Amino acid sequence: MALLQVEKMTHYFGGLRAVYNYHLSIDTGQIQGLIGPNGAGKSTIFNLITGIYTPTEGDIRLEGKSILGYKPHEVAAMGLGRTFQNMQLWRHMTVLEHVKMARYSKLHYGLLGAFFQTAARNREEAESEKKAHHFLKMFGVDHFADQNIHNLPYGAQRRVEMARALATEPKVLFLDEPTAGMNPEELKQMVATIRRVHEELGLAIFLIEHRLRVVMELCESIQTLVFGEVIAEGTPEEIRNDPKVIEAYLGKDLVE
Amino acid sequence: MVFFFQNMINALQWGSFYALIALGYSMVYSILMLFNFAHGDIFMVGAYIGFGVSTGILALTAGGAIALPNWLILVLTILFSMVLTSFVGMLVERIGYRPLRDAPRASAAITGLMIGIILETGNLALLGARRVSFPSLIQTATYNFGGVYVTNKKIMIVVVSLVLMLALDQFIRRTKWGMAIRAMAFDYLAVPLMGVSINTIARMTFAIGSALAAVAGILFGTAYPVLDPYMGVLFGWKAFVAAILGGRGSIMGACLAGFLLGFIEIFVAMIFPSTLRDLIAYSIIMLILTFRPHGFFGEPYSARLRL
Repeated sequence: MALLQVEKMTHYFGGLRAVYNYHLSIDTGQIQGLIGPNGAGKSTIFNLITGIYTPTEGDIRLEGKSILGYKPHEVAAMGLGRTFQNMQLWRHMTVLEHVKMARYSKLHYGLLGAFFQTAARNREEAESEKKAHHFLKMFGVDHFADQNIHNLPYGAQRRVEMARALATEPKVLFLDEPTAGMNPEELKQMVATIRRVHEELGLAIFLIEHRLRVVMELCESIQTLVFGEVIAEGTPEEIRNDPKVIEAYLGKDLVE
Repeated sequence: MVFFFQNMINALQWGSFYALIALGYSMVYSILMLFNFAHGDIFMVGAYIGFGVSTGILALTAGGAIALPNWLILVLTILFSMVLTSFVGMLVERIGYRPLRDAPRASAAITGLMIGIILETGNLALLGARRVSFPSLIQTATYNFGGVYVTNKKIMIVVVSLVLMLALDQFIRRTKWGMAIRAMAFDYLAVPLMGVSINTIARMTFAIGSALAAVAGILFGTAYPVLDPYMGVLFGWKAFVAAILGGRGSIMGACLAGFLLGFIEIFVAMIFPSTLRDLIAYSIIMLILTFRPHGFFGEPYSARLRL
């Protein structure tokens, strides 16, 4: 039984078929890649699995238990963490607060505890702050902790977003184009960071990428999505040489 | 000078009412990007609940069941009414706004107006078309500070309002819920991924806003003890103006603009005949908004797609 299993997932937006007969199986410690041209439905698949949309058909199981129909916050609490293509950060909140926010469901103090600043509340808050610093250090952005997020350079913002996703302590981490808009230097660092985090925590990662180089380098297994359907699946080597993938990416003329 | 300070005290008192109500508008707007146009009527409901609670407690003490000093009755009235009114606010959110979370904002605005009418006419149906008078719990005492006359009620109103504003500020800054409210104000999408339920935060925000409006209602009742079902309409609009003037979604802005509104109204009335008060006061505010359309602390940003 795989950690995360998706079977025969199909989704319609009105009459438009966005995803068709999608399947996925990820185990702990595995990095799975999902590539495809713009508008292929990659982000829709993320949104379907993380509970933002409910699929029209199909089943999604985490550790054997169906997570279909749960709300995003419940799915997150069950162990799916994610980042967004265009980072959904909170302007005017500090870097530390971003990561502390991810510890929200681990804070158990009540209103009275907050009002009277009880010892238990202070202990929990201190603990959550310590954890937050830990995750910031992991991504090398701890020195920005007290800065406003919008003062950070782009690459650092991406790292904070990843630290925030990891601070929820997910079993599977979903990364939606983590290198989007990065320059070659930032890109190289990001790939190294993803690899290091993966080795350190040994969690499963599901990665959407636009740049083939990044997926080829990181993933053991890759799916190629075109018009909502998986047209090819396999190791980076197999994907690289698959004529259907080359056609989807480069156009038919070049293949011939 | 004495005249100036005298008016200053009055302005602070009126500003307290506006600021307390404006906070409810601003908080709800900041997280859901909708103005709860029923909020003025929540203020009215809060005042009536306060009337009911205090009358109830007074009846109990008159019956000899319990003996309580009047100041304690007032404190209990405020606390109970905050809780009860927050339930009304949560009910409004659940029935009126949650089903419209994805609907165009105009539908939500119209729903708010309708809920307002329902609350007003519901009150009429329940209590009849007569005014009720808020029981006077504290004896008015007047102090003379070098010619400036200050009543204990005015002091109480301003102090209670300021304490609540500071408490709200601490809540927003220092607790996990406050952090979630702030986060939701900036980006809707990422909040549930932290394991936080948007519905819980929305409910909580409505509860807090309504509780503050209830306090405003009770404080108003102690100073001007005549309540009627439509008392919330004009107050609600004025507090809404304060929320816009402060900057949509800004807590600090709502407080400051609430007080500013009080000052403008009182000082206009000081110079001009009081029949011209609102005409001139709101012309001034319109002028301010012409030059600062986003209010004092608001910033221009485009609405993003909502979940």
